Formats: sequence, structure tokens, C-alpha cells
Amino acid sequence: MVSSATIPEVSTAARVTGARIDVRNVSHWFDLPAGPLHVIDELDLSIAPGEFVALLGPSGCGKSTLLRLVAGLEPATTGELLQDGAPITQPDPSRIVVFQDPTLFPWRTVWDNVALGLQARGILKSQRHRVDEALALVGLQDFAKAFPHQLSGGMAQRVALARALVNDPTLLVLDEPLGKLDSLTRLSMQTELVQLWQRAGFSALLVTHDVEEALFMAQRVVVFSDRPARVKQVLVNDLPYPRHRGDPRLAALRHEALALLGLDASW
Amino acid sequence: MSTVADNILGAPPGISPKPSQPPLRAPSPSSGAPRAAGAQPATAPDFKAAKAAQGVWWAGLAAAVAWAGLALLTGLWPNKPAGFSEWAFTEEFAWGAGGVSALLLALTVLARPLAAVVRRVRAAGPWLVAIAVGLAVWEVFTAKLGTLPPPFFAPPQSLVEVYATDWPRLLESAGASIRLLALGIAIGAAAGFVTGVLIGWSRQASYWIHPVLRILGPVPTTALLPVSFYFFPSSWSTAIFLIALGTAFPVAILTWSGVAGVHKNFYDVARTMGASPWFLVLRVAIPAALPQVFVGLFMGLGAAFSTLVVAEMLGVKAGLGWYLTWAQGWAAYPNMYAALIVMALLFSGVITLLFVLRDRVLSWQKGVVKW
Repeated sequence: MVSSATIPEVSTAARVTGARIDVRNVSHWFDLPAGPLHVIDELDLSIAPGEFVALLGPSGCGKSTLLRLVAGLEPATTGELLQDGAPITQPDPSRIVVFQDPTLFPWRTVWDNVALGLQARGILKSQRHRVDEALALVGLQDFAKAFPHQLSGGMAQRVALARALVNDPTLLVLDEPLGKLDSLTRLSMQTELVQLWQRAGFSALLVTHDVEEALFMAQRVVVFSDRPARVKQVLVNDLPYPRHRGDPRLAALRHEALALLGLDASW
Repeated sequence: MSTVADNILGAPPGISPKPSQPPLRAPSPSSGAPRAAGAQPATAPDFKAAKAAQGVWWAGLAAAVAWAGLALLTGLWPNKPAGFSEWAFTEEFAWGAGGVSALLLALTVLARPLAAVVRRVRAAGPWLVAIAVGLAVWEVFTAKLGTLPPPFFAPPQSLVEVYATDWPRLLESAGASIRLLALGIAIGAAAGFVTGVLIGWSRQASYWIHPVLRILGPVPTTALLPVSFYFFPSSWSTAIFLIALGTAFPVAILTWSGVAGVHKNFYDVARTMGASPWFLVLRVAIPAALPQVFVGLFMGLGAAFSTLVVAEMLGVKAGLGWYLTWAQGWAAYPNMYAALIVMALLFSGVITLLFVLRDRVLSWQKGVVKW
């Protein structure tokens, strides 16, 4: 362990340079038995390096589909998606998705779950410390040996976060990651996520249908129309972090967002 | 994933009856704190010790009385003359029952110094009584009253006689059966598993293998016996082949359904992290399918057992199945019963082994990790 020849790998907590993502003129159809379903319509969207962007829209409008395209899990029907200028054609460890369900592998311990990405790339043996660091980052170092079924919903989602962060992603794709948590856990996880993002420096793309969550966390909130998804409006939230939930500016933005979604009657 | 078969596997009768254990699971899953390893199990022995210490083991006492009764009944009530000669080993059987009775008495009287042993056998108390009563009834209706006539019915002591005099042949037969079973099941399980993964994973493999499996799979392997005897150089290799075939079918089907049923998100997660197709098969699909694989193995064992016995009865010149037909040919019914009991113990032992293996491999499935 005293070999000075090997330079220690960049630790998980270290800053990365966020990815720049460009979505250019993307349209997408699903090939369903009943005929093609148009889910995304000529969408243009850019994420600056290190930016936190949220996608807000009615459910079933194609937000999650866009995430899958950005992650490279599916190819877009037409148009192009670029990461730092290079086309996105397949999944890549630099763009990690955190799903609504933690989707932890139930047969693996917490530690082994977090180690998944490093193991998949065959670098686990030399990088074991990164797993410990990622677990420490989400405050779960004491639960390394636990199995997923022993965790609460919030803890499981934090493990999923650690499993994403251990890969030092330059883009973190968040698909309603807090959607199934109870409201208190949800609020604290929002703050935690923002802190992680600020510390690590990755770009973040969050899909949510929670207006407050989107406005509280993101710098830019893209409001989508009904399916097929089109950009209805982009709300810019330039409030500095850490933000305060009672900020009048947030309230004003929230009103605006709800109006865009046709829900301002009850405001 | 709680299929019916899974539920069957989940409650193996012989494996996890631990009624005296306190619930180890955390009271509310939402509290989230996994039990600190080591902290909880420490409370269990205390609890058990406290429970064991409370009072006399009445069931044990009753069992001692029942076995004493069996001993007296066997030893003192003269056997009904059975035409040919006196039933051998009557006295030995009586002494044996007496020995069991004395042992149980010792356990109940010396409950304190023998606490460790008592704790283990305590739950079996009612069964020990029932076994003695059952043996007594059997003894009375065969040897003592002759209501169930020889040679088709034999008293318990005649089984003792078989075990005492014919044990080398029984042992050899059991050994031959175990060898056949082990080889057949190992080959069948491996082949079925690989086939299942293949058709679960590859569309091509599924296209070609699935129809074959669908047509040939349900055919009982015993129906193929007469044909296979022609194709294989020896009846022994035929038996191996058929046992393997019988095991492979359910294992393949259930492995396939397990692999095909893996949630798409598991693959997505692994793929975004740079997993290769091999990684997806070995580290995602197979572990996720393992619970199903064990259900398949459990079903495969049943097929293997029946194939084994029929093969040994029809062609193979060794094994417990062969012993059964041999005994029947000589009208040696006590030998047949004795072999049947050995067979029952052997097969249930194999199933127990599978459950132990399952509990080990799938320990992550349970709320409680047992050790």
C-alpha cells in the first residue's frame, strides 16, 4: 500500500466537469400494435455543463422517454442527441440513471450493489475504496452489509444514489427519484441531492411531476405539453443555493408553472 | 415473486420448524434499521433457555411411558403362531423399545444437566408418543393377533431382522441408487439450467429449443425406458440419461421463466453502468432467476426419483428399486417394507439437502439469515 508509483484515482467526492447535453430536433414514436404512438415532437433542449435542469409535465407526456433517449437506453426515431458534441448511441457509465424504484439487486448487499458499476467495468479490484466513499457520501457506511429488503424506502434510494455516484457520472439522470418516498423523507432528500450535485459538479437532469420539487432543486425548469411532448415554456430559477422553501420568488414561479399546466384555478 | 411453487418451497416441513424461536424480524420495515448482526441472535438462546427451564417435559415423560408400554407388550404377550416359525428378533425389538423408554426417562429426569439435548428434542415429544403408539398398534395386529396375516404383513421386529441380517445388501443397493441419482441429477440439473438460460436469453435458442421442450418435456421419462434400453450400451447409462432428462425438463422450464421474468429495470441499471452482455447474464439474469431455478430443481427431484425406481425395477441390476422387485419375487415382504423405508429416508434426505442448499444460496430472500 506504500507504492508511490500508482497515483490514487480521483475519489468519488472529487469534482467532475459536468457533461454538456444537446437534444436536437428529436422526435420519437413508439411502435404499438394499435399503431405508432407519437411521444416526443421536434424537441430541442440543452444542458450546460454542471447545470441542474428539471423536466416538468403532465404524466404520460414523454418525459421519461426523453430520459431513456438521453441515457442511451433507446435510440431516438429522428433527430440527434449529443454529449459534449459526440452522439449518444448507447448507455455509458458517464450518464447514470436513478429510477423511481431504487431497483437495487435484492441478492446483493448494499456494498455489492454500490460496487455494481465498477464491477461491470472490471475495475472493482483496484477501486474498492470508491465504494466506501460513495456509501459515506450518502451516510450509509454502517449499512454496507445489509440486504436491500432490510432498508427503508429512503435508505434504498440513497443506496441507489451511491450506486450512481460511485461511477463519477458527468450527467446524473433522475427519473422521479423521490416519487415513492414519504413527504418528509422527500424534503430532506431534495436538499441532500442538491448538496451532492453542488459538491460533485455533474450536470443533472431531473424528471418530476412535483412542481415544488422541480423549482426548489433546479436552475431551469422545462415545462412540457401533453403528449407528444413539446417544450411549453422554460422557467429560470436563478435563486442561489441553499434555497428557502418559503421564498416568495419560488411561490411566484410555482404559480406560473401551475398556470402552464392548467392547474392554477385552485391557487 | 410468490408463486404457488415458491410457497411450497418456502415452507419445507422438515427444515424450519423452530416454533420456540422468537420473531427476529425488525418490528416495522419502515423504521429501516437493519438488525445489527450479532445483537439479535444473542437474545434467542436466552429466550429458549428460559423456555426450556420452565417445568417438567411432560410430553417426554408420556413418551417414556408409551415406549415402556410397547416394550412390555412386545416382550410379554406371546406371538401368535404364524405357521412356519416364531418371529425372530421379538425379544430384541422389546429390549430396543425399552432402551428408548429408558433414554427418554433419563432426559426428563435429568432435564437440567442435559438441557442442551432436551432443548433439541423437546418439540418432538408428541411425535415420540405417536410413534410408540403406532408401533404398538402395528405389533398387536400383526404378531400378536394375526389380524393382518403373513406373509403380506410383517410385524416391526421382522424389519429389525431384515436390517440386522441383510444390511450389506441393503447398503449396497442404497449406494447404487445414490450413485445413479447423483450422476443423473447433476447432469440433468446442469443441462436444464443451461438450456433454460439459453432460451430465456436468446431468441434464436428459444425458437429452436422451445418447441422441442414443449413436445417432449411432458412425456414421462419412464415411458421412454423401453426405447432407450435399445439405444444405450447399458441399462445403467440408460437410467442416467432418463433421470437426467426427467430432472432437466422442469429445471429448464423454470430457469427460463425466471430469466424471462427478470425486471427490465435491472438490465437498464446494469447497462447504464457499462455492463457487457455476459455481465447481464451472469450477474443479473441468473441471480435473479435462482429462486425459480430451485423450484425447478425441487420438481425435477420428484421426476428423478420415480424414473430411478422404475429404471431399477425394469433393467438396472442394482439399487433399491431392484431390491424391491427382488424381495417381491421371493415373497420376502419384510425386506420390501425395509427397503421402502430406506428409500423414503433417502429421498427425503435428498430433498432436505436441496432445501439446505436453497436456504444458503437464497439467504438474501429472507428477513432472517439463519446460521
